[in-house]
Parts: sequence; C-alpha cells; structure tokens
Amino acid sequence: MDILLWLIPLALLLGGLGLWAFIWALRSGQYEDLDGAAARILFDDDLKKGG
Amino acid sequence: MQGLGLDEFYRRREGEAGLLKPQDAPTVNFATLARDNGNGTCTLELMVAGLTCGACIWLVEQALAQESDVLRARANLSTRRLSVTWRGEASRADALAALVARLGFRVAPFSPACLSASEDAEGRELTRSLGIASFGAMNVMLVSVAVWAGSDMGEQTRHLMHWLAALIALPTVAIAGMPLFRPAWRGLRAGRLNMDCAVSLGILATCAMSLSETLRNGDFTWFDGATALLALMLAGRVLDRAARRRARQAAAELLALQEGAVTVLGEATPVPMERVPAGARILVASGERLRLDAVLEDAHALLDTSDTTGESLPRAYAAGEALAAGAVNMGAVFTARVTRAAVDGSLAAMGRMLEQAEQARGRVTSLADRAAQIYVPAAHAVALATFLGWWLLAGLPWQVALVPAVAALIITCPCGLAIAVPAVHVVASGALFRRGVLVASPTALERLASADHVVLDKTGTLTEGRPRLSPGTWTEHDLREAAAFAANSRHLLARSLCRACPDVLPAAGVREVPGEGLISGETRLGSARFVGVEDAAGMSLHLLRPSGASIAFRFADVLRPDAAAAIRAFQRSGLGVELLSGDAPDVVARVAEEAGIKLYTPGASPAEKAERIAALQAQGRRVLMVGDGLNDAAALAGAHVSAAPAEGTDLAQAASDFVLMGGGLLPLAEAVDRARLAQRVARQSLVLAFGYNIIAVPVAVAGFATPLIAALVMATSSLAVIGNALRVGRR
Repeated sequence: MDILLWLIPLALLLGGLGLWAFIWALRSGQYEDLDGAAARILFDDDLKKGG
Repeated sequence: MQGLGLDEFYRRREGEAGLLKPQDAPTVNFATLARDNGNGTCTLELMVAGLTCGACIWLVEQALAQESDVLRARANLSTRRLSVTWRGEASRADALAALVARLGFRVAPFSPACLSASEDAEGRELTRSLGIASFGAMNVMLVSVAVWAGSDMGEQTRHLMHWLAALIALPTVAIAGMPLFRPAWRGLRAGRLNMDCAVSLGILATCAMSLSETLRNGDFTWFDGATALLALMLAGRVLDRAARRRARQAAAELLALQEGAVTVLGEATPVPMERVPAGARILVASGERLRLDAVLEDAHALLDTSDTTGESLPRAYAAGEALAAGAVNMGAVFTARVTRAAVDGSLAAMGRMLEQAEQARGRVTSLADRAAQIYVPAAHAVALATFLGWWLLAGLPWQVALVPAVAALIITCPCGLAIAVPAVHVVASGALFRRGVLVASPTALERLASADHVVLDKTGTLTEGRPRLSPGTWTEHDLREAAAFAANSRHLLARSLCRACPDVLPAAGVREVPGEGLISGETRLGSARFVGVEDAAGMSLHLLRPSGASIAFRFADVLRPDAAAAIRAFQRSGLGVELLSGDAPDVVARVAEEAGIKLYTPGASPAEKAERIAALQAQGRRVLMVGDGLNDAAALAGAHVSAAPAEGTDLAQAASDFVLMGGGLLPLAEAVDRARLAQRVARQSLVLAFGYNIIAVPVAVAGFATPLIAALVMATSSLAVIGNALRVGRR
C-alpha cells in the first residue's frame, strides 16, 4: 500500500492542473464568445495590411 | 473589397438572413465615445447588429484590419460587441464606424444596457463554480470508488481515504456552493422555502454527516453524493442562464439601436437625449422620432402618432400645439421647443409606471417553487422522523442514527426534482428562440400556457405599422417612373413607394422641396397640394406629368401576411380573440373583419386599454396582451402575460414577457401550444422524480442505502427528467 503515498498526490496534482487550466481559460476570456470561437479556427491569419 | 471574396459572402447571406444592404452612415457622433488609452492609441466599443455567423466577424475584422492605422479589431459573436483600437486621433472613430456600416451592419454605441446583458459577473461565477464542483466531484469519486470496491481494505487505509475525501469535498462545497447558498439564504430571510433551500440543506447536512462518519471512521462517507449533486445543480443553472442570456442580449441590442441623439439648435454635434434641457430648441428631421415632449415652433408639422395614440393616419399640428414624445415626423423638418427634460417627460413617467407593474407581476410563484413549498417540509419531516426513530426508538448512538436520516434527505432531494422545471424551460426557450420568439422573463412560459384570452393592438401588431402601396389605376410604367423619383427622398411615403419597386435606380436631376414633394423640370411627385390636385383621402402621393395628367398612388397600413392564420391558430387553441385599438371605428372594423375577429373596440385611449385589461382579469380571464406602441405599454404591463413585436417601441418591449423577432404573429400562436406542452412535460417530470423518491426513500429510511445507491438514483432520475424535457424541443 506504500504506492498510495505516491499515487494519491499524483492524482490530485493532475486534477489540480486541470482545474488551474480551466480557471486560467476562464480568466483570460476564452469563455466569453463560445459561438465565435467555433468559427475562428477557419480564419486565415496571414492576410497582410493593405493586401 | 472584392479581393476578400466578398461577392460570395453577400450571396450566401442573402439566402440565409435576408438582404444585407449597405446601411446609411450612423448619425451618432462616435468620436466622443472613443476612449483615449494614453499612449497615442484610442479604443472604441461598438454594438454591431446583424452579426450572425463566423464569416460576419471575419469580414468585419478583416475590413478594419485593412485600415493602415488600426492595431486591433475584435468582434464577439455572442455579445455582438466590437472593440477597435487604432493609433491616432479619436476623430477617426466616425470613419471606422461608417466603414462597418458600409459593409451592411448596423452599429450603435455599446450602451450600459448591452453591457449589463453581456457582462454578467454572475454568469462567470456560475461557470467557475461548475468547474470547481466538477473537479471536486470527480476526485472525490476516485476515492469513494476505492472505498466501495475495497472491502478488504484495512481500517487505517479507509480512514485515510475518508480524510482525503473530506479534504477535497469540504473546500469544494464551500467555494462552489455559494451560487446556491446565497439565493437559499435570501429565500429563508423572506420567509419562503424554495428549491435552493432544499438543495443547500441537503448538501450541507450530507457534508456534516460525512464529517462525523470520517471522525469515527464509519463504513462509508457521502461526500461524493454531496459534490455530485452540487455539480449537477450548477450545470442546470449554467444552461438555464445561457438560454435566457441570448434572449436578454437580443432585446438589449434592439434597444441600443433605438437610442438616439437629438439635434439641438446652437450645438455643433447631436446631444444625447437625456442631456437636452427644457427650453432647448430642437430640429426634428423627416422620418425621425420625437424623443422629448415639446411645442411646435414652425407653422405646421405632420406627425405619425400611431405609437402614442394608435391612430393610423398622420395628424397635422399647427404652431404652438403640444407634441407628445414618441411621435414620428412624417412631414418636413421642423423646429420645436422642449417643454420637459427627458427625466420629467411623459416617456419617463410611463417607464416608472411599468416598473411598478413589473414588481407586482414578479410575485407570481412558479411551478417549481410551488412544488418546493409542499415537498421541502415533507422531505425534512421524513428525515427528522428517521433520525428520531433510529436514535430514540431503536436506541442507536446519535451518530449512527444520523446516517439513514441524512441518506433519506439526500435521496429525497436528488436533482431530478430540482432540474425538472428548468430543463423543460431551457429546451422550450431554445425551440422558441429558433422560431423568433424571445422569452424575456423566467415565469413567462408558465403564464403563457395558462392564458385563455388574447387582446391584440391593431397598428403595428396586427398590421405592419408602415404604409404600403395599395393597388390603384397606375401602370407598371408609372410606378417605375415615380419610384425613380422617390428614391431621392427619405420621406416615409417615398420610401414605401421605393419598397414596392426595389430594383429602380434614383432619377438624376431631382430636387426635393421639404415636406412638399420632388421636382424635376415639369414633372412633380408629392402631396396633392404640391401637384395642384384636389384630394383629401388618407396617405397618397401624386405624380404630375408635363402633359398635365396626374396619377395617384395610395397607401394603406395592411395586415401582416400571417395575421389571419395566427388568429385562427389562437382560436383553435381555445383562446378568445379581441381587438383593442386607438384608431377610428371604420378602420378598426375593416381590419377586424379581414383578420376574422368578431370582438373589437375602437378609439380606446391608453388608460381605457389598461382598464379593459383590468376588467377582463377581474372576470377571471387570463389575458395575453400583444401590442407595440407606447399607448399599449400600460395594458401590456397589466396583463397576465404580454408580447411585443421587435419593431415596436422600447417601452412596449420592456413591458413584455415575449419579444417577436420575425415580426409575425403566427410564431406566438405556436408558442402558446408549445408553452402548454412544456407545462405538461414539466408536471410529468415532477411526477417522475416523485416516483423515484417513493421507491428510494423507504430504502434509505430503513438504513439499507449506501452512497452507491444514492449516486445511482441521482443519475438515473436526472437522465430520465432531461430525456423527458428534450421532447418539448421536437416538432
């Protein structure tokens, strides 16, 4: 059962990492425009000024 | 711009959402609204109406990015908010806003109303809480499954697992539970038992019992049930909110487009309405809405007062006559002196009256709350009886007696019951939204389902509310010639003429005589007086040829295409239909006959309309009022449930539970049926959830329930309820 000493903190760490990523995404405004974000992946981003 | 592939874009758009035409440059002065960021850059926040797809935001962003000084342009498809940052002077704002308008989108300043509808801190807190609760629930489950499966687990290991679960679950509940605990506490302080109270108490009691089990190292802890319940409840909340946020947003967008500035004599730029003082002299352009109470200074003016009185024919005013806010100028530009500032004016007074009516209606208890009022005390009584029974009668220690009692509590408040009604509402609101009916208030669907009498306004509700060319003695050739003339004017009748013949190009060399007509050489188009013929009948334009022959084009306010079908649909659903209008008796009688309405009242003043509604309600009828004008606002606010077309005045919309986006009445008639279906399904779901409890509660009371059984009951009853709710969205 000694393995638990490693596995439980590891599981919590990974879970916490997911939670932190979620809160970071929420704070940086990635949940503000769910409809627009779905379409944005299709945009070309190499259009230059004046072209 | 064609290099960006625009041709294809517009062709696709025409098919989907109607013609997208370049809009006139907006009249608002955007330069004053731009924010100076301090480092030589400025930012402007705009509300862009008409953004419907990813390609729209691409188009707007790319078009702005092509400008050499624009640093950043970002459009938000959900909130219709566009934020542009550029290097240079604030005065560029107007040009940038005009650029977006040229692409075919209407722009307005991002007003506080839009802001409150889109920037909801509450919504963000819910999403964050949901994230935390899901994290907590999953990690607690990880530990719990180990306990359920590990029957050969040692005492110490189990104790460690219990502490671990407590360590994760208690902070999770404390942080993520706030959006539930707060309304529960508010409800308790107001002396009302709502669903939030039941759920909060269930979660808190489960946590307390599990903590006590952890301390004495019992067989199971129930932290997994508490966190899973919390996460499911929050998920329901988030969905419910998203559905209503869309409706709120669309309503705020409409209002932002209606907000406007007033041209004040002596001021270089238009002044926002609320800052115009009494005594100021204002200029009202042709086709513009008068936004303040004023007296006429010019010799005469022609105003469409259909919104304030319901009269369909424009009325002529002479110098010195009082003009009520809300009328639309149908004639030439005129000057008027403001008698009262916006806050003291008739519109503001009506707004205050609406607020009072709104508060009165807010006291309607919803089905979910009524269910909670019976159910919550019953569930708590069962839990208490279980505890006392095991403790006093069976002689168990109190900690042990607490386990079946709290198990009964958590099993009786599974989310099935709490999300039964919201799930149905989310699905029904979504289905209605796709058909162009916005649900603006939370209890609107329940009230619509119980309506048994519909009262309709005429102008703008049953009819289109704008003049349309009637058939006459003119030929196609006459129409084309007149339309080419009319394309040079912004006058309402001239515009109606152009709508009848949309592909015609403006004729060259045409001069407009404001308020009279258009002239080019010997040919004239305009009022009867302008072309020199005798004619007194209603709204008309006359075309005078050099030969001396004149042709009359007559206009009338016609029924909406789906009005008669909608009336039949209402009658089929068993609703009484009544027409209540401020217009003249002969017009109302004709419209009523065309639409197939037997009961009608002409010449009703705003106060009489409200009285009629009150009288009907006093007879025990539940009235659905549909109206668009300022004269309907009081009646709308007083009715059991109300709806307004999207083109209606802002006050009418503020007073309504439903806003009809497409402008048709038929979707509303269908909405009645859907609301009734939604109510039926919500009742079924409540019965279903009750059914689960009747089976599960005896098990819990007897002490046979384990956390595993509680989790199963919770999951299956939720799935059954959600599956049942999905039926409302079909068809």
